[in-house]
Amino acid sequence: MKETTIPVKTHSKHVPDTRDSTKTLCPPVDIFESAEGLTVIADLPGVQKEDIQVQVENDILTIKAVSKSILTLDPTYREFELYPYFRQFQLSDKTDQEKIKAEMKNGVLIIHLPKKEEAKPRQISITVS
Amino acid sequence: MRRWWDPIRELEQIKREMDDLFRTFSEDVWDIPLFRFSFLPGVSARTYPLVNLAEDKDNVYVEALAPGIDPESLEVTVLNNTVRIAGEKPAIKDVKPEAFHRNERGAGKFIRTITLPVEVDADKVKAEYKNGILLLTLPKAESAKPKQIAITVN
Repeated sequence: MKETTIPVKTHSKHVPDTRDSTKTLCPPVDIFESAEGLTVIADLPGVQKEDIQVQVENDILTIKAVSKSILTLDPTYREFELYPYFRQFQLSDKTDQEKIKAEMKNGVLIIHLPKKEEAKPRQISITVS
Repeated sequence: MRRWWDPIRELEQIKREMDDLFRTFSEDVWDIPLFRFSFLPGVSARTYPLVNLAEDKDNVYVEALAPGIDPESLEVTVLNNTVRIAGEKPAIKDVKPEAFHRNERGAGKFIRTITLPVEVDADKVKAEYKNGILLLTLPKAESAKPKQIAITVN
């Protein structure tokens, strides 16, 4: 799957188009294909089910999420920081966009992108006459 | 929050990483030739999970970034002032290697030992796993707590 971005239109003529105004993290993903379709698995630690947006627009799949830390104190020793997540992928025209499903568990987002019926492999039975 | 480059903090980080590196080898490793190093990747070849440490008056908090782990498989052990976090991030099963378009999420077993700046009360440690983040609340040992000293004015 091709990775892509949609430029966000800014009103000023002097400001270049950027994809987003805030600092974002690119979450690591696994994408694998089966006969039924593609599965996208993304690691989104610190994200609740309510704070996640999965959108499809112009054949582009967008994953947007806001992460929250449980810890309210400012850490004295820090190895990671949580920022909003953002990543986009170009979908193939063989994806059935009506049947996309997503689930979230333990900070991992799983998106199922089923193939259209005509794109699925077909077994042709041979009759011996 | 780290806003600018701090050379002293960077040096501390390097020292900590070097200490961690040497801790993974047992004592007798030093007796055999140095080229043996490359054959000892160990369980944790890379620092995983990443942690943030915070403290208040009574507790030390360890926040670990570990998404997609079955909470049942997580093992947290505390001894004096060291915490060990062990577990396994499950790999995706029943998928042929050639079926992958992208494979960026790692998988496998991990162990990480963190040395805390104070002794903690091992019996009262609480662990909470939520949305892929593990939060450990470690109450400080009585001897490590700060004592308020009353001042008498004559």
